Amino acid sequence: MSHYHKTITELGADLQAGKVSSVELTQAYLDRLEKFKDLNAFITVDSVFALDQAKTADAQIKKGKNSALTGCPIAHKDIFCTDGLLTTCGSHMLANFVAPYDATVIKKFKDAGSVTLGKTNMDEFAMGSSNETSYYGVVKNPWDQDKVPGGSSGGSAVAVAARLAPAATGTDTGGSIRQPAALTGITGIKPSYGRVSRYGMIAFASSLDQGGIMTQTAEDAALLLGEMAGFDERDSTSVDQAVPDYVATLNDSLKGLKIGLPEEYFGEGLDDEVASVIEVALAEYKKLGAETVPISLPNSNLAVPCYYVLAPAEASSNLSRFDGVRYGHRAKEYTNLDDMYEKTRAEGFGAEVKRRIMIGAYALSAGYYDAYYLKAQQLRRLIANDFTEAFKKCDVIMGPVTPTTAFRMGDKTDDPVAMYLNDIYTIPVNLAGLPGMSIPAGFDKAGMPVGLHCIGQYFDEARILNVAHQYQQVTDWHQKIPPGFE
Amino acid sequence: MLINNDDVKKIAHLARLALTEQESKDFAGSLSRILGLIEQMNAVDTAGVEPMAHPSEAALRLREDVVKEENQRDQFQAVAPATEAGLYLVPRVLE
Repeated sequence: MSHYHKTITELGADLQAGKVSSVELTQAYLDRLEKFKDLNAFITVDSVFALDQAKTADAQIKKGKNSALTGCPIAHKDIFCTDGLLTTCGSHMLANFVAPYDATVIKKFKDAGSVTLGKTNMDEFAMGSSNETSYYGVVKNPWDQDKVPGGSSGGSAVAVAARLAPAATGTDTGGSIRQPAALTGITGIKPSYGRVSRYGMIAFASSLDQGGIMTQTAEDAALLLGEMAGFDERDSTSVDQAVPDYVATLNDSLKGLKIGLPEEYFGEGLDDEVASVIEVALAEYKKLGAETVPISLPNSNLAVPCYYVLAPAEASSNLSRFDGVRYGHRAKEYTNLDDMYEKTRAEGFGAEVKRRIMIGAYALSAGYYDAYYLKAQQLRRLIANDFTEAFKKCDVIMGPVTPTTAFRMGDKTDDPVAMYLNDIYTIPVNLAGLPGMSIPAGFDKAGMPVGLHCIGQYFDEARILNVAHQYQQVTDWHQKIPPGFE
Repeated sequence: MLINNDDVKKIAHLARLALTEQESKDFAGSLSRILGLIEQMNAVDTAGVEPMAHPSEAALRLREDVVKEENQRDQFQAVAPATEAGLYLVPRVLE
């Protein structure tokens, strides 16, 4: 039985044709993720919970009351609140937290009949680019287990890359879906800001956070995003716009597609081997009928500094809710209320989370607001305007997702600035609120995966999914499985 | 911008984080490096640029002021560290 080679689209068809039951499928995945638990991709797996959902799904299929996803196992990033299952957000602060409700994304998948396989490991409160800040330990990259899988959705990326789950949800604030997807050789999409509800998704930086999906193929991403997306009155920034049928446009021709290549994404700092993989991928697109046009995003080099004001500022505000009063950890000993707050937060948060809370508190403190927060918001406008200008000349923008392939564990843990610069190509997209994908495009000489970045216009996920799918019809990079996991 | 030990302590207090001496020292180093990165923003003149708080320009939606949710106090308080008679317990703040 080798179900784990199959995509969600294929598994859904098998389930509906009665070739396999959801219970069999779910058990097969549970066995497989137990077998490869050393990768540390999951924080919580509850087989009773999963098999119960599978039984219900099988009954629905028998009655003919099923959707395309009924019975399909899916893993969820541990940032999404799940009723009845732990939601830790990778933090000691929430080590004992069982949410009293489901996030909208979880509810939508449940309503569609999918099975929650487990909750995936992640950087603490989604703050990290290597999964090394998780309280629950680092996740190993299946392509080289001494290397990081990227972050913050590192557990979800590894679950899909090692075929421990056919698909997994993720979130992307500055690259947290696209960067780990690139570093583990899978497909990942961050939708436009406002496309997927943030209700029940533990907040890091509310003007940047966006939920998305990590899959083997663009076809699966189209199917699953269609299920996740849509207006939600419980998220005040959710945009009330109809969700198109993303699968229906996957086969549109790319003839005449204009691909913008930002000069800033191909300059200093980009690894030569990554650059050549991207070049080969672009040549493939030309064969498909696309043409490339040079564009410029002149302020993108300042996106990382801008982001490291805005995201920590929002985080310092969002994470003030963890005070030891309503949920999560509370210090055992304290002398008064302030002392309880300070000790609870000192014990509950890891170093990177504390660092970002402090940067935010500093940037927002009296006397510094204009120099940091206001300045960063003005720069954000210039960065977003660059994209608006660029899209006058092209339909999509392409480049690398990351400047290098996966790095060794421990290589960047002592230097936060070096770690932050890993997200240099992904962060501008979050600042502008645009949709972006990572598409598997090949490998470097050491055999580590490279991701091709495809950025779309606001709310035009359909186009980038189509562009990714067409490439996957003529290449097989997305079908490569790490040695030892075939 | 260089952040010293005392600055770190002040910021940590604003953020309600207890730090050890060693942690304060370590954070002084890393926060200074991060502020160095952040100050690269000054390379661009942003005078007169309208700040962007948010990717979607639409104004925040308001909902009707009607009760929609049921009372779920027991469920919500089940995950709290300390409660009594429907109230959250904290150390005494008034003498």
